Amino acid sequence: MQTFLIEVGKALYLFGGLMGLASILTWLERKQSALMQDRVGANRARILGLRLWGLPHIITDAVKLLTKEDFVPAGVPAWLHALAPWVTLTVACLPAAAIPFGHVFPWGGQTIDLQLMDMQVGLVYTLAIASMAIYGVILAGWVTRNKWSVLGSLRAAAQLIGFGVVLGVSLIGPVLLYGTLNLQEMVRWQDTTVLHGWLPRWGIFFQPLAFLVFLTVGIAETKRIPFDLPEGESEIIGYFLEYSGMKFGAFFLADFIETVVVAMLTVTVFLGGWSVPYLSADQGGFVWPWGTYTAVSSVGIALLQMAAFWVKVFAVCWFLLLIRWTLPRFRIDQAVRLGWQYLLPLSVLNAFGTAVVLLMIGR
Amino acid sequence: MPGQFKKVRRPPDNWRVRSYLPAILHGLWITAHHFFRNLFIFTAHRFGLLKRVRAGVVYQWPEEPRPVAPRYRGRHRLLKRPDGTPRCVACYMCETICPAECIHIIPQEVPDPFIEKAPRAFYIDLSKCIFCGYCVEACPEDAIRMDVFDFRLAGYDRFQMVLDMETMLNSEPSHPSQ
Repeated sequence: MQTFLIEVGKALYLFGGLMGLASILTWLERKQSALMQDRVGANRARILGLRLWGLPHIITDAVKLLTKEDFVPAGVPAWLHALAPWVTLTVACLPAAAIPFGHVFPWGGQTIDLQLMDMQVGLVYTLAIASMAIYGVILAGWVTRNKWSVLGSLRAAAQLIGFGVVLGVSLIGPVLLYGTLNLQEMVRWQDTTVLHGWLPRWGIFFQPLAFLVFLTVGIAETKRIPFDLPEGESEIIGYFLEYSGMKFGAFFLADFIETVVVAMLTVTVFLGGWSVPYLSADQGGFVWPWGTYTAVSSVGIALLQMAAFWVKVFAVCWFLLLIRWTLPRFRIDQAVRLGWQYLLPLSVLNAFGTAVVLLMIGR
Repeated sequence: MPGQFKKVRRPPDNWRVRSYLPAILHGLWITAHHFFRNLFIFTAHRFGLLKRVRAGVVYQWPEEPRPVAPRYRGRHRLLKRPDGTPRCVACYMCETICPAECIHIIPQEVPDPFIEKAPRAFYIDLSKCIFCGYCVEACPEDAIRMDVFDFRLAGYDRFQMVLDMETMLNSEPSHPSQ
């Protein structure tokens, strides 16, 4: 019973964090883009006269989407029409289950593993689920019998399948380096320092090319600018053209959830996951590179690591939004060529180079 | 002219340009610079600092009034003589020159032999007006000016958009040039 409650608590914590961060991203997207473009951003909605930097707009958006007309085009099976947003939303959330959001939490004599699913093939699981994101998109475009939606779906198929291949191949280098597919093990590998204790042993320092390729492909997987060809709102509106109200909101939210999930995966594989620089659980505190030591209690270490995970995820989300509001959109032929002709050979080259180097140093 | 030409250096087309990476990094630097600059200034404003430096270019209208150029052509106003009667002599100059045909004057006789004529009614349909200022230029009596700075011109039907003589005679200039 206690184990069950702990598992439910962990699931609620992770799901709440994921949804909360995705909601905050809808606000951050407006405010950050406004600041980047010398504007002020949404600030008119208020609660009891408090504007709170525009945060109530998260609620007003939801209220607006919930009270809008839910339109189903004639001749479309209503249950299929309703299924597509659900598939998209569910598949967007699922990869987070394998992400370690902390190391261990000491709780009354026992330690709680801060990961929802401790899988040996955690990375393969996330990639497999991520590749399923195409089903909701294809279903949405195909079932609504609108040629623009179908065009959006076909673009999505071309883009997501092409980049999905690169997504997997780009992670071969890190997997070779870490020697595991278990995401928790990967973070444990990174939870130490090199260069006489100065540099955290994060994947980005050993696999910069893989990081670059993975981030590019990750942005493409979220279907947002500069890879928002399935949506293409200035030309075809995209696969969710025939959706309104909260069904459209589900697609919209799914994009943000995917952004958070991509950020989580990036943090886990390349940025040390929950590991805090110089904080060592074995030593029971901070081991600073200049030789001093700061003791931290075991609960404090767990809390610091859980906080570090969200801080890193938020920072990567910020960077993804920065890219989204800086770069213009690719054409579909450019995007597909980038994926197949440049990123795929680059990631294969990276995997090959990593393997050769690892052989040479005898690991 | 033969022999005179300017040799244009083509931008370099090498792998660094082709990879887009330097351009992308430069763009990210520009947008991130704007983000952090505005974030810093907005935060400073919240603590009452750096009030003289604007963050962003947005005027929070209607709480924050916009500055108006001295040449701004605002809403129309009819001027009065010292005795309070309108300066207008209903000569139809403005109604004739108006390219939008939005001015409509109904004249009447006045007993003063040096004035002879004055408007009984003077309408300007603001929903037609293009704010060109020709009426001000054409007026021989300096009776009409466009110095009421009020651009909140809106109505629930088109009749609310029509200015009558009373309103225009009783308007005060609020233009910075006055």
